[in-house]
Amino acid sequence: MSIKIEKLNHIYNPGSPFQTNALENIDLEVKTGEFIGLIGHTGSGKSTLVQHLNGLLKPTSGKIWIQGEEITKPGIKMKQIRKKVGLVFQYPEHQLFEETVYSDIAFGPSNLGLSDNEIASRVKEAMNLVKLPYDELKDRSPFDLSGGQRRRVAIAGVLAMKPEILILDEPTASLDPRGRDEILEQIQRFHQEFGLTIILVSHSMEDIGRLVNRIVVMDGGKIALTGIPGEVFSRSEELVNMGLGVPQITTLMKRLNGEGYQLPEDLFTVRDAKKTILEWLRGNNHA
Amino acid sequence: MENELMINVEGLTFIYKGQESDLLALDHIDLKIRDGDHVVIIGHNGSGKSTLAKQMNALLLPTDGKVHVKGMDTRDDDSLWKIRQTAGMVFQNPDNQIVATIVEEDVAFGPENLGIDPTEIRKRVDQSLLAVDMAEYAQKAPHLLSGGQKQRIAIAGVIAMKPDCIIFDEPTAMLDPSGRKEVIRTMQKLNREEGITIVHITHFMEEAVDAGRVVVMEDGKIVMEGSPREIFSRVAELKKLGLDVPQMTELAQELKDEGIKIASNILTVEEMVSVLCQLKLKN
Repeated sequence: MSIKIEKLNHIYNPGSPFQTNALENIDLEVKTGEFIGLIGHTGSGKSTLVQHLNGLLKPTSGKIWIQGEEITKPGIKMKQIRKKVGLVFQYPEHQLFEETVYSDIAFGPSNLGLSDNEIASRVKEAMNLVKLPYDELKDRSPFDLSGGQRRRVAIAGVLAMKPEILILDEPTASLDPRGRDEILEQIQRFHQEFGLTIILVSHSMEDIGRLVNRIVVMDGGKIALTGIPGEVFSRSEELVNMGLGVPQITTLMKRLNGEGYQLPEDLFTVRDAKKTILEWLRGNNHA
Repeated sequence: MENELMINVEGLTFIYKGQESDLLALDHIDLKIRDGDHVVIIGHNGSGKSTLAKQMNALLLPTDGKVHVKGMDTRDDDSLWKIRQTAGMVFQNPDNQIVATIVEEDVAFGPENLGIDPTEIRKRVDQSLLAVDMAEYAQKAPHLLSGGQKQRIAIAGVIAMKPDCIIFDEPTAMLDPSGRKEVIRTMQKLNREEGITIVHITHFMEEAVDAGRVVVMEDGKIVMEGSPREIFSRVAELKKLGLDVPQMTELAQELKDEGIKIASNILTVEEMVSVLCQLKLKN
């Protein structure tokens, strides 16, 4: 088991008129190597939840285990946790601060007390993973790069810590379609080739539908739904009521079925829809 | 003729002066936006969209060429405030655009700075909040609102200036699906019911479907311009530019490539459903 959360509560500003129950009795288990999509409208508690997973926030009550080790007990060394759990914030490029791409990515590993050689090899590997050319960019200022490149520098800085669990909070927000596809492809590789456990927070139902093994839906600080994408997106009414939606392709299939056909509805990509619709139009389908 | 144009961009070139090197951000742009238009501008990051938007209300001034807002030259200092009042702007991050601690005070901020009479301000604030469906939140604190609600407050603040045109620079980039819908609906309402000219920059191709005209930028130039249906039917060209097409258009194109007799310029789920049902009946 990679992550286990038990009866997690978090209250902001307790005892004041602004008291907010940001998380209420969250129970969640994430298996090693799982790819989780975390969705929910703004203010539903997603970011609060993920900040607990590497100890940035302390629960008001409840417990969290990372790879069997309880991180919510007193006296725990947070450094050990942050080595295991990498968290990429929203707009992570705003946190770049070093003079060169190299030293920015090396910042985390340097704090682990590693040898210079080990640091250099980690920086190189991390840049390689996010497809930034090492020789060309290592000495450049991160501030001279494009938005998409800057974001990848920030992600490389987290990867250089060699986390086993990678959490990304809206990693593609305000990137253009090409930048978005590049980052998502890379995340998919971290999962498939390196077996990282991944939690992806996103507002794009299309991306969530085609990438993840399991969806966790948050609403009002609680986990409202969880299941494989097909199950979760079959409950479109509930999702819409929670300020969310379903992928457009899923909507298309549902509407066609509304016209009296019987097509599968657990489709999320243009490619899947094309295959199914071709078979259906050509008549060798149960419809 | 000149005066009927809301925004007239002629031969606009803009160079960002850097410490080491200069960057040609806009390269001889010509663009005419008429009163009441709804124009969507797409293009990848760094293509010059936001730079162009900032030229439309004199936040940036041309290195060469001209920009006229309702006949006023943006390089003319004396017209500056009139230009900003005519062409308002809404940015990506709602939190960076809200200045007051009460919603209605935030909306009143712009008109107050114009030195408008308090009774008139009251009227404008109420009307603006009604226009974005946020009247019931007038007394609330902005930081307690959702992203979509905050963005609508920012829009109300612009409307209270009584602009003829609003330029939206990726207004939905930071919003969840319902917040995005709220903002898009508000934008359409302002265009159709209030007659406000809309210029909308976005990365979400689905948001461009309802526009009157789509402008595609690449490398500081306008490379395509036309109705959404015309532009999005050019799937291969857009993909080459690193852009998307709406998913329904992509699906139509893929089906067509497989020999299905289907128009390749379908934009919405509704259109796709009706076209597919007709095709199925013919089989």
